[in-house]
Amino acid sequence: MYDDMVTARYYEERLQEEYLEGKQPAFDISAGPIPGELHLAAGHEASGAGVCAHLRDDDTVTAPHRPHHIAIAKGVDLKRMTAEIFGRETGLSKGKGGHMHLFDPDVNFACSGIIAQGCPPAVGAGLAAKKRNTDAVAVAFLGEGAIDQGGFLESLNFASVQNLPVVFVVEDNDWAISMPKERVTDVRDGSKRADGFEMHGERVDHDDAVDVYEAAERAVGRARDGNGPTLLEVQVHRRMGHFMGDAEAYRPEEDVERHKARDSIERLAEDLRKHGITDDELDEIRESAENRVDHAIDWAKEQPEPASDAAYEDVFANPPTGGVDEASSTTAATDGGEE
Amino acid sequence: MAQTQEAAERELTMSRAMVEAVAQEMREDDDVFLMGEDVADYGGIFSSATDLGEEFGHDRVMDVPISETSYIGAGVGAAQAGMRPIVELMFVDFFGVAMDQIYNNMAKNTYMSGGSVNVPMVLTTAVGGTYNDAAQHSQTLYGTFAHLPGMKVVVPSTAYDAKGLMHTAIRDDDPVVYMFHKRLMGLGWMPSPSGPKTDVPEDAYEIPFGEADVKREGSDVTVVTLGLHVHRAMAAADALADDGIDTEVLDLRTLVPLDTDAVLDSVRKTGRLVVVDEDYRSFGVTSEIAALAAEHALDDLEAVQRVAIPDVPIPYARPLEDEVIPGVDDIEAAVRAVRE
Repeated sequence: MYDDMVTARYYEERLQEEYLEGKQPAFDISAGPIPGELHLAAGHEASGAGVCAHLRDDDTVTAPHRPHHIAIAKGVDLKRMTAEIFGRETGLSKGKGGHMHLFDPDVNFACSGIIAQGCPPAVGAGLAAKKRNTDAVAVAFLGEGAIDQGGFLESLNFASVQNLPVVFVVEDNDWAISMPKERVTDVRDGSKRADGFEMHGERVDHDDAVDVYEAAERAVGRARDGNGPTLLEVQVHRRMGHFMGDAEAYRPEEDVERHKARDSIERLAEDLRKHGITDDELDEIRESAENRVDHAIDWAKEQPEPASDAAYEDVFANPPTGGVDEASSTTAATDGGEE
Repeated sequence: MAQTQEAAERELTMSRAMVEAVAQEMREDDDVFLMGEDVADYGGIFSSATDLGEEFGHDRVMDVPISETSYIGAGVGAAQAGMRPIVELMFVDFFGVAMDQIYNNMAKNTYMSGGSVNVPMVLTTAVGGTYNDAAQHSQTLYGTFAHLPGMKVVVPSTAYDAKGLMHTAIRDDDPVVYMFHKRLMGLGWMPSPSGPKTDVPEDAYEIPFGEADVKREGSDVTVVTLGLHVHRAMAAADALADDGIDTEVLDLRTLVPLDTDAVLDSVRKTGRLVVVDEDYRSFGVTSEIAALAAEHALDDLEAVQRVAIPDVPIPYARPLEDEVIPGVDDIEAAVRAVRE
């Protein structure tokens, strides 16, 4: 867990550096080595690591637009994920998806860019596991800003009434871009929404990794044992803006400081020291994580960009033939692509 | 001297012009209010509501939960109750979450009620790519909204049009989908081409729907387009002029209603038509304009080319996005092709 968390934190810090390169002093979203928007998850590490610690490769995870810490904890190929974020040919999606659309079918990970969008597919993965009599589970991650979205609430009901092996993990960082949680919902404890669906709900009111780990153990265990879904809400912290370039003018300075002051990684390190792990051992884990991240970023930046013709491939797994325009017809290129 | 000129000819970005129209309408009419995600405290992610929250407060400029079905549907209900809501869908790509409210309620209630109910609502939404935001944040979907009956569809390409069309939209008794292109808004972090920033009168004014704008007169080829691609077509026309090709550029400005006369007049004059669109090629705006010309001006029509996104979702990596979104050179090539 500690390894995943320090990897994820350092990964976001390094991506921030890379992303802002070429965007200083004037921020131009089209400049610099990383294309598009970038939503970083510094401060969310405990939820990704604490939950995914209980998952196997055959368990499915769907993540939202802020996915890197979850992907790292789920075991997504770090080099190919990084190449995808840099828009390179050897990226997970050959440069077609980008950082909000990472797919790694080897470990059943996918993420997507629209709020609460991953909830129904996670329910579908749970449904498939139930129909096939496997003990695989599915976990949908979402932000607290997503809990008022129909796709989430409908998914809770469907998972509950079908008794599916699904865990919904709400990462509560208090902010939906500029909207503080208290202005969008009167329900402070989001896990109470589970009551309305007769499903199990639990909130971890802080992001101490061990407590998240234990709550997730109960939730994943319940799903794996055929005892139905759980709604798990975890308080996390937003240490960076909603997206890179977000000046957070709407956010009180003391809130930023409060979020930064509470560092789940430091607290896990404290716990580990109490259990006899030495500083040298912690440093070794950290250094090895940093090397792995640096190596993945260096590798990604050396990868070629996709050839422009590749834009026409992969629309279909079974491309239709015909059409009058060569440019608009897809060529035969199939790679599965199933979640 | 400089000051007088500034007062008479005030240059605004498209975002400022659009916001000014909303503010003026809100000052005039208490029934006008704005709802959307991050519109009040943030001012709109694409500066579509800058400072409105400060002027009008949270009661009239409402930040809403991320619940598009609920708040867009609430806009329909408030409009039917006689108010004039402006409701923002942050990216048009998010329409899928709430399309039932948009096309089954907002667009159809007037007709289904036999005209006894109407929905004076403006649905504003950010459209377009060119900044590598990939398949779920880069579409325009012009054709999708124009295809479904019951919605007026507005696509400004300049600050002057943005203000005038917004006044018309808010005062219109029907639902209007107001689609603003992110790249044209004049955002510091997403630089615009030079064209959209224009002189804008301070007083309120309307631009009637269904009146296309001839941005450049020409006799050889007609280019029909909208949104960002008005500016790309103008750049192409400049380059083509160096080779003695005289291109007419027509900015549709509204898709519903469509200025069919303007399209047909131009096609009858030049006989050669290029339609340029930042939406998917098949079953869309380019098909519609080409069909219109074929139905009504076939005798005058020598050649047609369509330039649009080649029926693939919009990819992320720069070389891929550049390949599928029509560029100035793609427009130039199409104009040359219809002359061959």
